[in-house]
This record gives sequence, structure tokens and C-alpha cells, in this order.
Amino acid sequence: MTQRRPSLPLVAAWLGLLGLLALTVTMAYVPLGAANAVVALSIGITKAALVAAIFMELRHRDALALLFAGAGLFWLGILLWLGLMDFLTRT
Amino acid sequence: MPDSPAVAPQFASVSHRDETAELGMWVFIATEVLLFGGLLLSYFVYRHAYPQGFATGGRHTEIVIGTANTAILLTSSFLVAWAVEIFAAETRRLTAGLLAAAICLGLAFIVLKGIEYHGEYEEHLVPGIDFRFTGDLANGVQLFFIFYFIATAIHALHMIIGIGLLAVLALLCRGAPSTRHRAALHSAALYWHFVDIVWIFLFALIYLPGRSTS
Repeated sequence: MTQRRPSLPLVAAWLGLLGLLALTVTMAYVPLGAANAVVALSIGITKAALVAAIFMELRHRDALALLFAGAGLFWLGILLWLGLMDFLTRT
Repeated sequence: MPDSPAVAPQFASVSHRDETAELGMWVFIATEVLLFGGLLLSYFVYRHAYPQGFATGGRHTEIVIGTANTAILLTSSFLVAWAVEIFAAETRRLTAGLLAAAICLGLAFIVLKGIEYHGEYEEHLVPGIDFRFTGDLANGVQLFFIFYFIATAIHALHMIIGIGLLAVLALLCRGAPSTRHRAALHSAALYWHFVDIVWIFLFALIYLPGRSTS
């Protein structure tokens, strides 16, 4: 039989993403000082990981595809790390 | 599912061709990550230098439109992932319908963004055209809005390209879908999800700062 309905992981990811969106907006209004930015970015990274793993199907991919997908993150890490080091450590 | 014409000589099989297309798409996405990465770097540098200005700037954005647009994009990504999952000759009408719904959500995103831009123009918050924010924080707020307009405009451009891609694929899928079309839809879906991920971070960096302070 041909599949017409979305699979359970797909629906769960979609509802989870909307839940995380509600959570991040709510948390933005709770005064946490500098931790507000940490919470916002942590939830953002979680949402991005859900999209990458389930919508982009990376959870079903082999090591080679993960390597190609991770390459962008690797270079982004170098860009942000070396780029920000001077600004964050300068007194 | 018909597969014509046969695969190009450099590929051993259909799956070899499709895997190569997917890896190529990830390489392209890596270059896009670095395009937005440069913007992110400038954002963090200036947020570090002007924390109060960026918090004030964030408070001046439209959180309701931003949140609605995030929900719209997440839902459109879900519809596209659904279309990829069920892609088959028997489901071509549903596939095309799901892509059409995702396109409509993408257009709704662009319309809301336009309404938001108009509101910021009315509030004199557009650097270079009409920016009248005064006070100690004016420099930081102006840098925030320069980032806001450049980042969201480049993102909106990606959205418009994505809408065009999805429209072409919706038309192709309505005809006689082949494995070539499945590979093309898969690549376009990766692009659409990537644009969604970019927005997830832009939302966290633009709309959320400064909400808990007055």
C-alpha cells in the first residue's frame, strides 16, 4: 500500500519544533541576565538539530553524508572561533 | 516508476547518481553556511561591543510577526519533508498539493516580512534611508538594524529562490514523476530546510534579545 500520511517521527518533530518555539519565546521574557542569550541559542541549536536529523533525514545517512553535512559546521566553527577570539579576550 | 533516460556514464547506478547529488547539495549548503557565518560573526562582534544597544534594538522588533513567521517556516518544512517521504507515482497529486501548501506558507512569510519592514520604516528605524533613533544607545541600535535588514533581506532572497524551486518541482511532480524528479525534490527540500535553519538562528538573535528587561 502506498504511504500517504506523514510518518510518526515527522509529525513528532514538527510538534516538537513548535513546542520549542513557544518555550524559547516564553523564556525570553523571564529575566535571567546573560543566561537569556544562552537559553535562546541552546534552544535554537536543538531546533536546528531536529530539522537536520529528521526533516533533512541525516539520521538515516551514512558516515560520508554526515561528513559532507558536517563540513559546513566545521568551517563555521573555525570562522566564529578565530574571528571572535580577539574581541572576547581583549580587556 | 519510469527512469528515463538512463543514468549518465559517470554513474554506476541510479542510487549512485542520487547519492552524488545529495553530497553535492551538502557542499553547496556548506558555502551557504559560511555566507551567513560572516553575518553571524559581525553580529556577535557588535553585540559584544554594544550589548545595551542590541537589547534595545531587539525590543523594537515585532515579536508577534517574528514568532508567527517561525511557526510558518517550520510548518512549511514539515510539509516539504512529508512530500519527500511519500513521493511516488500514485501519490503525485498529494505530493504536488503538499508542495503548493508549502509555497503558500513561504509567500505568507514574505508578506508578513513586508508588513514588518513597512512598520520599521514608519518608526524611522531603517539605517541609511530614515533612521531617527536618538540617545546614548543610538549607535548600537543602528548597528543592530543594519544587521537586521541585511540578514533578513538575504534570507528573504533565499526564500524567494526556494519558492521558485518548489513551484517547478510541484509542476514536474504533477506530470510523470521519475527517480530523477525524486532526487531533484530531495535536493530542493534540503535547501528549503537549510533556509528554515537559518531563520531559526536569525529569530533567536533578532527577536529574543532584550525582552526580559525594560
